[in-house]
Amino acid sequence: MKKELEAGQTSSKVVNDFCMTVCTVNGSGSATANTTLLRAMFHMGIPVTGKNIFPSNIKGLPTWFSIRVSKDGYLARVAHDDIIVQMNSTTFSEDLDYNVSGGVVFYADHIAVPIHRDDVIAYPMPVKDLIKEADIPRNLRDYMENMVYVGVVSQMLGIDLDTVHQVLLDQFKHKPSVAESNFTMVKLAADWARDNLEKKDRYWVEPMPPLDEYIMTDGNTAGALGAIYGGFQFCGWYPITPATSLAESLNIFAPKLRQDPENGKNTFAVVQAEDELASIGMAIGAGWAGIRSMTSTSGPGISLMTEYMSLAYYAEVPLVLWDVQRVGPSTGLPTRTSQGDLNLTYFLGHGDTNQIVLIPSTVNECFKFGWQAFEIAEKYQTPVIILSDLDLGMNLWMTKKFDYPDQPINRGKILWEEDLENFGRDWGRYLDVDGDGIPYRTLMGNEHPKAPYFTRGTGHDEYGNYSEAPDVWVRVMDRIKMKIENAREQLPKPEYRNLEGARIGLIGMGSTEPALLEAQDKLEILGVKCDYMRIRALPFSKEVGEFIEAHEVNFVAELNRDGQLHQILSIDYCHLTEKMVSIAYMDGLPMTAELVVDAVMEKEG
Amino acid sequence: MAEKKVVTNQIGLSRSDYRGEVSTLCPGCGHNTISAQIITACYEMDIPPERIVKFSGIGCSSKSPTYFLSKSFGFNGLHGRMPSLALGGAFADRRMKVIGVSGDGDTASIGIGQFKHLIRRNLPMVYIIENNGVYGLTKGQFSATAEKGLELKNQGMNPFMPIDIVKEALVGNASFVARSFAGDPKQVRELLKAALSHNGTSVLDIISPCVSFNNREDTLHSYQWGRQHEAPLHDISYVPTRRAIILDEFEDGSFKEVTLHDGSVVVLKKLETDYDPTSKWQALKILEEGEREHYLITGLIYVNPTQPSLYDFLNLTDEPLNRISSHKLRPSKESLDQINQKML
Repeated sequence: MKKELEAGQTSSKVVNDFCMTVCTVNGSGSATANTTLLRAMFHMGIPVTGKNIFPSNIKGLPTWFSIRVSKDGYLARVAHDDIIVQMNSTTFSEDLDYNVSGGVVFYADHIAVPIHRDDVIAYPMPVKDLIKEADIPRNLRDYMENMVYVGVVSQMLGIDLDTVHQVLLDQFKHKPSVAESNFTMVKLAADWARDNLEKKDRYWVEPMPPLDEYIMTDGNTAGALGAIYGGFQFCGWYPITPATSLAESLNIFAPKLRQDPENGKNTFAVVQAEDELASIGMAIGAGWAGIRSMTSTSGPGISLMTEYMSLAYYAEVPLVLWDVQRVGPSTGLPTRTSQGDLNLTYFLGHGDTNQIVLIPSTVNECFKFGWQAFEIAEKYQTPVIILSDLDLGMNLWMTKKFDYPDQPINRGKILWEEDLENFGRDWGRYLDVDGDGIPYRTLMGNEHPKAPYFTRGTGHDEYGNYSEAPDVWVRVMDRIKMKIENAREQLPKPEYRNLEGARIGLIGMGSTEPALLEAQDKLEILGVKCDYMRIRALPFSKEVGEFIEAHEVNFVAELNRDGQLHQILSIDYCHLTEKMVSIAYMDGLPMTAELVVDAVMEKEG
Repeated sequence: MAEKKVVTNQIGLSRSDYRGEVSTLCPGCGHNTISAQIITACYEMDIPPERIVKFSGIGCSSKSPTYFLSKSFGFNGLHGRMPSLALGGAFADRRMKVIGVSGDGDTASIGIGQFKHLIRRNLPMVYIIENNGVYGLTKGQFSATAEKGLELKNQGMNPFMPIDIVKEALVGNASFVARSFAGDPKQVRELLKAALSHNGTSVLDIISPCVSFNNREDTLHSYQWGRQHEAPLHDISYVPTRRAIILDEFEDGSFKEVTLHDGSVVVLKKLETDYDPTSKWQALKILEEGEREHYLITGLIYVNPTQPSLYDFLNLTDEPLNRISSHKLRPSKESLDQINQKML
């Protein structure tokens, strides 16, 4: 992992371009300190991102928080650290190996582990002494230890202390005295560093133009907000890492945003189910009865939901299902990220099933797909799965401000009493009146005598009647297939970043985008020009095939072992398989640009 | 020829307005009797069929919602997972009367979790278990309610203790628990009416003999055993509010009344012993006694008309959620601007 320094680099200043990892113990309250550093730099106008690598544990095991600072706006993970802040003695030596040569380690001076690297610059931090000196209430001391490194690091790197102060006031909006106690500690530590440490390293933070168009939040919060602005009315859910905070965010925001202005009552309900078998059942019941319905889970929950999702596909029930992916198979790595559920979700269900899948890449897009998914689900009367992942869902990202939905809520083909009275054509729940494969539906409570029908997962004809007739089965299944096929060109289209004269294609999806964009730049510097295409929905639109066709070779990069996106592309475009090369890798950590660069250079270099 | 006068209920509907498709279950199946009593109860209660919604799981019992109330919406879901489906569906329009039909295979095995959690949340709905101790559609395997020692063709002898759905409901804090017998249609009907008026989950465990696979005269789920061993706790009558005067027809005051959420009254006429259906302790005691003495205890075993329902814990608007206009579902642009301001 060590990177050899090029001659002369030690002395040159490195500004706004480094990775800093804070090593702490899970449950020690370091999250506030880490986000304070992160947000302070963001407020200084510096592109920055934070990734928490944490254990499946409440308290006691090591946890890492990596902050990537990049003047060029690269937000992907990097596999090395320029700066380490070490508060955890148990991982001290191991963590140090990730440090680049010429890197920095800030360490709590009560950690009695020898520093085995002589090519890094070490700064001790007298954490315990400074805590004593600060005269802090006993119950706050543990948390204040983390504020020591906020102060020391800020002082040594040049992070503006007034900004840190402001960020603390924002974070403790309702407890200004706590904010002040924290800042007292920060200031004391910063002053100590100013008086006692001599700057020997090369890393600096300097203000940049304000990032006015950007906000900082996580994908699960954004997804929940998207759902709220998309008119969600019901969510049945069950806790599972890393999806939990999505449903919890509904509970935080919806009561404020979604009360009927006339009577102050909620226009939604969130129910914590007993398990995922029940949460999907609730979501399907609600979607069937005509309210905008959703659930959120991760891989193991998807497995449990499979049977009901097969029914929802065949009985044509709209709902939105968020899969915030973690590492499988099995319980796998529950607190690590992956893109391993693509095959599972695209084909989710027994029998001939084919689900619509949306894949957001950014936090902003989690918001957007959060509301758009309801439009698609109700238009096509089918489940829509949104594939997020732990990295996108739980980590803090700098992202474009949320855009207000640019199209009105459209509930799709629903017939109420009057609509049915004036319909003028034969109506059956599964009758394709318009020739687009999408039938009209009536909803529970409709009092028109023709409205009621019986929904079932068993064979049914165009009027919802039970049927085992072979021709009826074929007809209904073919129509559903046509309906989903028709959705191809209507789903979010791929996005591109193309370079003049590139003959190589780089294809990705979801949260690996920052790594792929960075790789594209690095490859260009190495003389290998690539066009980049990000797939945003399945089934694919025609542009996907056109992109593959237009390039001599296409690298399909994804975070799983088997190259699942590559597999599905190979099914859809079997005549183009020779043009596709899989870059698939899965170790639980977010993708790095280096991985992609190395894989491409191996073939093309 | 004189026109035959069609008898109608108070809302001008005839019994046939409450019928369903012709049953494809075996002739003599207890489930058909129950379907007929659902039809009668809804007809006599003057409930508009469009205000009823039916849910079911998988199995013979769960097929039966097709055979009653064709003018009501319905959803036949997955094995053991009718409760979750019903819960989600019910939220869309809380004015609906929700009828869930399940069986012993559906409820007492894969469905036991959802069953317990539904009653724990006390969602207002009628939960009928058509209980015959056997899997019919797969041709005669033991279900979890089959009694210990039961012998079935090709299955041998059941060595396991049964699950008693009524006891599960009681210890699960259900607010309405009844047991009945398909061979006692009047009681089934009156219990159904009471259940439809209750503001919470009403559990109706109805012994409903399977004439094809489990109807030998000496077995617990058979017609003959039921007829010989049924021990009703009371003679139950459901009295809708507007006909409260009917109370006078009872002779000597030897009855108990339970007033339900909607003002209707369940009148329980005393039979051999005093029985208080508001005492959970007495309920469990009488069930144990019945088991020991080989009686089929039937009737309204337990009721708590004031237990809060799931809806009481949610500050929900009264308007049916599925009819709310779209503009009430999307917050303003200004509110999103404020959120963007805060996310720094």
